[in-house]
Amino acid sequence: MTKNIKLVLFLPLVIGVTGCANLGVEPWERDLLAKDEMSLNAAPVDAALDDHIYFSKEASSGGKGFGGGGCGCN
Amino acid sequence: MKHKTEKPNIKAALTLATAALLGTSNIAQADTTSNPNTEESTWEFDSAFLFYSEVDRVSAAEAIFNATKTFADDEILNLKLTIDALTGASANGAVAQPNVQTFTRPSGKGQYTIAPGNTPLDDTFKDTRVQLNGQWTQPIAPNYTASGGVHISKEYDYLSLGINGNLAFDFDRKNSTFSAGFSFFQDTFTPEGGIPKPFSSMLIGDSSAPSWGDDFAETRIGSEDTKTTTDILLGFTQVINRRMITQFNYSYSMVDGYLTDPFKVISVVDGSSGFTQDYIYESRPDSRVKQSIYAQSLYHFDSTVLDVSYRYMWDDWEITSHTIDSRFRIPLGDTFGTESYLQPHFRFYQQSAAVFYQPFLIDGAALPSYVSADYRIGEMSTITVGLKYGLLVNNGHHLSFRLEYYRQTPTDAGFDAPGELKDVELYSTIDAIIAQVSYSF
Repeated sequence: MTKNIKLVLFLPLVIGVTGCANLGVEPWERDLLAKDEMSLNAAPVDAALDDHIYFSKEASSGGKGFGGGGCGCN
Repeated sequence: MKHKTEKPNIKAALTLATAALLGTSNIAQADTTSNPNTEESTWEFDSAFLFYSEVDRVSAAEAIFNATKTFADDEILNLKLTIDALTGASANGAVAQPNVQTFTRPSGKGQYTIAPGNTPLDDTFKDTRVQLNGQWTQPIAPNYTASGGVHISKEYDYLSLGINGNLAFDFDRKNSTFSAGFSFFQDTFTPEGGIPKPFSSMLIGDSSAPSWGDDFAETRIGSEDTKTTTDILLGFTQVINRRMITQFNYSYSMVDGYLTDPFKVISVVDGSSGFTQDYIYESRPDSRVKQSIYAQSLYHFDSTVLDVSYRYMWDDWEITSHTIDSRFRIPLGDTFGTESYLQPHFRFYQQSAAVFYQPFLIDGAALPSYVSADYRIGEMSTITVGLKYGLLVNNGHHLSFRLEYYRQTPTDAGFDAPGELKDVELYSTIDAIIAQVSYSF
């Protein structure tokens, strides 16, 4: 199960690395990608607050960024 | 101050994407709208106030003040101050009973009682935390960006010190980015009342008795303990096309030291009646290795933007979890005389229980090596639904409001409840409201 999930998730990565001829854009095609809302971390303050909540309330943390340490939240 | 420019700043946007990939949320604050010809930009500030409140349990207020300066040559300094205050009641790990239950406070000073049928909550939780983060990010060679940061967080009973470092490499016209990062945290826990002795019985009785102090001390093994957390994060970002960007991360996290919660106990119940015979302090292993894979995609439709991510986490406590997080940004145009948007948010999280999680122990049965009744490492699913409304106000300042509902639903991982425990709530749901106001200028 875990192995399959990993495979499915990383397949696009492998495709990306090996067959990226068709991927990507030219510098002048970045009009949409350059918008704030297309940033991978478009709302970092929201993300920091959410991370703190979920770190304190659930058994998982990190993934998008570092998940370690920081508080003795209960 | 942000300056609205006609053309998007590609260089800054790339820096932003790189910073996001580098893994620290607080470095992704590059100024995407400043003029690239400007010698040195001014400071940019983001502030937010968040209120979190659980029904009948914990309430927290948290404020963040974030300052970012982008220098010439794309060097970025980010400073962040976080202050939060926590108050209210938190589950102490014991099960509900048909009769009144009495517990000793973690400090050893006094007791509290829980009404029949109620999940035992310790209502003495109160803490204030101050956190400071500093992060420096800069290009170090063509296509290479490095970043380093420090972290300090102090609570009444907790100190956390951390450092992190990252390196990102862009290639294929900056459409692809590899990154590698590490972080290290050293935490010291000094709980009031000291560190309880694992598996020792909670002392309950007359806390004003002359022998109380000595008897309570018998249940303690020290005044403080420490843990370290080392994280390694590998990332890959790929621009798919003009409308789509994706990110994949792998993270490896090692936590060593005191991982037990000193405030948590577990009920020892009679195997046939289900009545509690004893409360003993929990015990967790002194190490944990967590790994996760994370995938995120953003897609720009004609005007809306969809942001979807998935995380799979697994660890050597045999916890596995799935997290799906999605946001959909809908621009409202100039409907209200200013540029604004709505952003619905949906998050689903599901985890399996740690191998040593048990909601209670049976009296007379052999004690396990480790045990915890903390629902947060038990089987559980949670959902979050929310809505954010953002608008541009004077001079391009950004104001937003966020309101969310968060529900935790602990579930039975297959434990047979004896006697009276069949009639009490062993897996209470927890409802919380998250409200936030943010202002960027």
